[in-house]
Amino acid sequence: MPLKILVTAKRVEDPESKIKVKPDGTGIVTDGVNYKMNPFDEIAVEEGLRLKEKHGGEVIVASIGTDRSMTEIRAALAMGADRGILVKHDGPLDPVVVSAILDKVLEKEKPDVVLLGKQSIDDDQNQVGQYLAERRGLGQATFASKVESLESEAEQKKQPGIVLSADGKSVRVVREVDGGLVTVDVNLPAVVTCDLRLNKPRFASLPGIMKAKKKPVEEIAAATLGADLAPKVVVKKLSEPPKRQGGFKVADVAELYAKLKGEAKVF
Amino acid sequence: MGNVLIVAEQSGGHLKKASLHAIAAGQAIAARTGGKVHVAVLGKGIGAVATELASFGVTVHAADAAGLEHYLAETFTPVVVELAKGLGATFVGAAATAFGKDLVPRVAARLGAATATEVLGFGGSGAAVTFLRPMWAGNVLAEVDLATPVKAFTIRPTEFPVAPKGAGGEVKAAAVADPGPLPTRFVEFKEVKSARPELTEARIVVSGGRGTKGDFKELEGLADDLGAAVGATRAAVDAGWVQNDLQVGQTGKVVAPELYVAAGISGAIQHLAGMKGSKVIVAINKDPEAPIFQLADYGLVADLFKAVPELREKIRAGKGS
Ligand SMILES: Cc1cc2nc3c(=O)[nH]c(=O)nc-3n(C[C@@H](O)[C@H](O)[C@H](O)COP(=O)(O)OP(=O)(O)OC[C@H]3O[C@@H](n4cnc5c(N)ncnc54)[C@H](O)[C@@H]3O)c2cc1C
Ligand SMILES: Cc1cc2nc3c(=O)[nH]c(=O)nc-3n(C[C@H](O)[C@H](O)[C@H](O)COP(=O)(O)OP(=O)(O)OC[C@H]3O[C@@H](n4cnc5c(N)ncnc54)[C@H](O)[C@@H]3O)c2cc1C
Repeated sequence: MPLKILVTAKRVEDPESKIKVKPDGTGIVTDGVNYKMNPFDEIAVEEGLRLKEKHGGEVIVASIGTDRSMTEIRAALAMGADRGILVKHDGPLDPVVVSAILDKVLEKEKPDVVLLGKQSIDDDQNQVGQYLAERRGLGQATFASKVESLESEAEQKKQPGIVLSADGKSVRVVREVDGGLVTVDVNLPAVVTCDLRLNKPRFASLPGIMKAKKKPVEEIAAATLGADLAPKVVVKKLSEPPKRQGGFKVADVAELYAKLKGEAKVF
Repeated sequence: MGNVLIVAEQSGGHLKKASLHAIAAGQAIAARTGGKVHVAVLGKGIGAVATELASFGVTVHAADAAGLEHYLAETFTPVVVELAKGLGATFVGAAATAFGKDLVPRVAARLGAATATEVLGFGGSGAAVTFLRPMWAGNVLAEVDLATPVKAFTIRPTEFPVAPKGAGGEVKAAAVADPGPLPTRFVEFKEVKSARPELTEARIVVSGGRGTKGDFKELEGLADDLGAAVGATRAAVDAGWVQNDLQVGQTGKVVAPELYVAAGISGAIQHLAGMKGSKVIVAINKDPEAPIFQLADYGLVADLFKAVPELREKIRAGKGS
């Protein structure tokens, strides 16, 4: 059964970049910071592509942000997604607003599977998928993972970790939780948020990058969707946490043991 | 006014200790709002857990039903939402475990509430409570205001004490309505059993990274000598060397033990985000330039395959004397 798959891709600071807070605490210093697709969203795009490769269908990538988020949409198209949706919004967003916007996108597109990252590596909120599922009354499977390791044969063969049922009405998802792995069946349409061990995302090929330039991207102004765009999570102030003081080196194991016993008194 | 509802977590009739930190956070809010702390606990056969929770001086609402045996956000949400409404709770929270992070945003969405994840503490004044939370892998501390009548949150257990025992607690039965046809079904739980203490609750954590090259034997031995939990970096977990839920860091577990031993770990910010609150940090790495050393209280430049067995020997000799 061909699947219509919607994947979200957020523009975030490169995880390798050094983040510094502006002196007035209103934001972070963006000079010299590189941006890229949220790493968890790359995993979501990869999973969407694998599902499409197995079952046929379409992968749509959606991002909410300014024109700059077009870069992340093109990155997903270069990996192999079919078309993009850029919901343009030039103001503060929060998980409540993002999920309200995505709710409207889902209403229009009616995908069978919605794939999101489990968390953005900038705000680290880990909420959007759960809010979205509840807003639409859909089942949720957060922290999607798989039983096989990322070094396994199944991974080499680029098999999806999310398994479509024989009747095509639900997906089976293995979730990474405390103390082990939980397996759930979720009816379609389903909302799934992707964790690190679901797959290793592919790199875009040169032909993929060329093709991406010609793929269609619809631009929608957020204000036209009829969603409440007033932020509910209001950041009042940012600051840098106190730095930990360390840097003392011991000469050998004997000194380490002596310090731990005598100074730190941990045993 | 300003009542607080904390959702406790249990598994197979065992209370998760993280919940006791969440109750303490709830008490800190209630002290400011003048409200009362209520605790919800859901599952099947949870009578003993409910009684245990009541010993912390709180009103416990126990939803005991066959349909709640295996946690699903879709079955737990309506019960918690009805409780929150009935109690006039304006704060709804849990510990920031996999359970809390999955459930609380869904509950919040139904209550029209905004949520703060991994809360470290509270700001603001009086009943106007703001939330302190980390962003960008803990490189930034944010003070956020939730501009909704009901405010939802998950707390980072390492940042709050365990709630004190208290009198006046009671257990009430919570109503469980038939949720109707469910979009989600529980299939199975593959539990990874370990004789070692739980990572987030251990007094000592011994962690390994890519430098172990997949050989965790000596580190596990050291952990067992010390009664410690074993942790790991994403690199070690991705390689399949240790189980997934041992990952320490921004997108794994956050720990703050008395002693954290990092062996063969470079010290990427994503890893540091999960362990820099530890009281004493030991780093064993053969590269003197490894960033982990900047943060370690005791850094040892050495091959872990030599240093760890030597340390174990010293500890064993020390115990004997
Ligand atoms: C100028 C500026 C001001 C801001 N002000 C605020 C503020 O006042 N309050 C506040 O809470 N945040 C603010 N933010 C950050 C805000 O944009 C966050 O992205 C938003 O809160 C969502 O949180 P999250 O990404 O951590 O959600 P998570 O729940 O961690 O995200 C999970 C997943 O949701 C999807 N997703 C999230 N956002 C998008 C998106 N934009 N497009 C596509 N998919 C997405 C992704 O798949 C992601 O992996 C601001 C950002 C900017 C640039
Ligand atoms: C979205 C995202 C989320 C992430 N989340 C996390 C997270 O939650 N937790 C996490 O840990 N990482 C996370 N990471 C990964 C992180 O960026 C690093 O890649 C990872 O922590 C590196 O692991 P490592 O220190 O084991 O490996 P490396 O960086 O490869 O370091 C190995 C170290 O071992 C040393 N070594 C080698 N051999 C020996 C020896 N014989 N004796 C002693 N020392 C030796 C080397 O000198 C080196 O310093 C995340 C990354 C991203 C992009």
